[in-house]
Amino acid sequence: MDWLSPQEWQAVTLSLRVAFWAVLVSLPFGLFTAYALARWSFRGKQIVNGLVHLPLILPPVVTGYLLLLTFGTKAPLGAALQDIGIVFAFRWTGAALAAAVMAFPLMVRAMRLSLEAIDPKLEEAAATLGASRVWAFLTITLPLMLPGIIAGAILAFAKAMGEFGATITFVSNIPGQTQTLPSAVYAFLQVPGGEASALRLVGISVAIAMSALLMSEWLSRRAAKRVGGA
Amino acid sequence: MTLSVRLQHRFNRLELDVEFDAPAGLTVLFGRSGSGKTTIVNAVAGLLRPDAGRVEVDGRVLLDTSEGVCLRPEARRLGYVFQEGRLFPHLTVWQNLGYGRYFAKRRKTTEPGKVIAMLGLEELLDRRPGALSGGEKQRVAIGRALLAEPELILADEPLAALDEARKAEILPYFERLRDEARVPILYVSHAPAEVARLATSVVALQDGRVARQGPAVEVLADANVLPAGVRGAGAMLHAVVVAHHDDGLSELEAGGVRLHVPRVAQQIGASIRLRVPAQEVILAKQKPEGLSALNILAGTVEAIREGGGPGAIVSLSTPAGRVLARITRRSARAMDLKPGSTCHAVLKTVAIAPEDVGGA
Repeated sequence: MDWLSPQEWQAVTLSLRVAFWAVLVSLPFGLFTAYALARWSFRGKQIVNGLVHLPLILPPVVTGYLLLLTFGTKAPLGAALQDIGIVFAFRWTGAALAAAVMAFPLMVRAMRLSLEAIDPKLEEAAATLGASRVWAFLTITLPLMLPGIIAGAILAFAKAMGEFGATITFVSNIPGQTQTLPSAVYAFLQVPGGEASALRLVGISVAIAMSALLMSEWLSRRAAKRVGGA
Repeated sequence: MTLSVRLQHRFNRLELDVEFDAPAGLTVLFGRSGSGKTTIVNAVAGLLRPDAGRVEVDGRVLLDTSEGVCLRPEARRLGYVFQEGRLFPHLTVWQNLGYGRYFAKRRKTTEPGKVIAMLGLEELLDRRPGALSGGEKQRVAIGRALLAEPELILADEPLAALDEARKAEILPYFERLRDEARVPILYVSHAPAEVARLATSVVALQDGRVARQGPAVEVLADANVLPAGVRGAGAMLHAVVVAHHDDGLSELEAGGVRLHVPRVAQQIGASIRLRVPAQEVILAKQKPEGLSALNILAGTVEAIREGGGPGAIVSLSTPAGRVLARITRRSARAMDLKPGSTCHAVLKTVAIAPEDVGGA
């Protein structure tokens, strides 16, 4: 890989790793949140809904700063986590956390939409046939909402790859540690003669985003075909 | 096996308070929309928790609010045929049929092959619900419920979403189910024709209460209980097919009286049931002559029920069974009809539609 400098290459692999883990770890939480918002009625539902969507509306820098206030090593929660060996501040894990928080609303939204299109009466039918709630969810609802899960995951992945504001505020821009692809582009543009590097990274960004989009289209269409009959 | 139900539930404007038993065979919950039929079935299924009540199938308690017992639907061992089928769209017909079966592991006695053959599903097994017609979907839904090894079958207006032709296609399957299944079937309907064809017994509901319950023949011929309204009123007769004539008519015998109806599908010697719509019956004081109608039944007036409108329902006891006639109040007065008076019921042959005739 000599067409990329080590620093560029690091930025690309770091971004892929950050986005992958951000999506993978937030997937079950996203699913749970989407299910709760779509199917349950509970006190404070609108507040939960608002909180989930907050990162979408807040300036990313604000979200990043709030993360720093919560998970920084001097914050109570951050300190407590540090005691059990989990550190987010100025680590790649912090970049993943920032990316996950920023991508969460998109993921939940896509899943919730697909869930709302599924008739809850199908789960009732499954129950009358002997399926417990968990089984009914696993065998009926989950397969039916698969296109939405895929779409949500890919959207979240793309968002996580591109996340900049919250990441740079929360974990800074340390090459090899927290310098993700967008941070690297930004850094290269700040130094004379960095345009060539920046341009290469921009090209890679476009390629990754494009293939993610195509893959999600293909996967959802395949899943929808399976679900839609024929 | 019997099902006994006692329920109290407030739901929107409806105040439900019912108690009934459903013996083996098919029991129809009969009443207009809004009379609480679906609420009852959902409470029996466990999809709805009533304010108070007790549901028991053959000694097994599914619900007893005073004891705090309320089994989850999956523990009730039922088969529920919904109005809209509710097949699982991502599974094939075969997988849909097997869904309940998977959870009934320890109780398997029904042969899938037999059910598939009975419902004519052989050609459909690899298809998904999206590629089925409405009637095919309901057949699969029936099969899926049966193969779950239920101890009770529930059906909530399973024909309501189908057109007339599809209804005629599905009705015989429910007749077979009634005759072959050993478990009670609770069937919700507001269509008099369905009730007359399928019901072993009827629970007539009015505004959340049981207006009358008993064998179908008795409940349907009760002029004081018209769960389908005046227009849907009609008594049910039991008859035996005596002959099929060349002119497209079948000759029936009911209580020693010969009746002629449009050609029925059943064999000679078969017992059938037929519904006689009240508004197709004409009454005459003397035995009429020179009339085109072929069926004339002598009888005695049992009761006259006058409604708010111009009409009245006359209940007539005849050798063939009880018959209801819908006439005007004016005619009833002009003919001086009162309980005990004798008169003749005239029934046009063509008034008996094919869907009014079924196997007994």
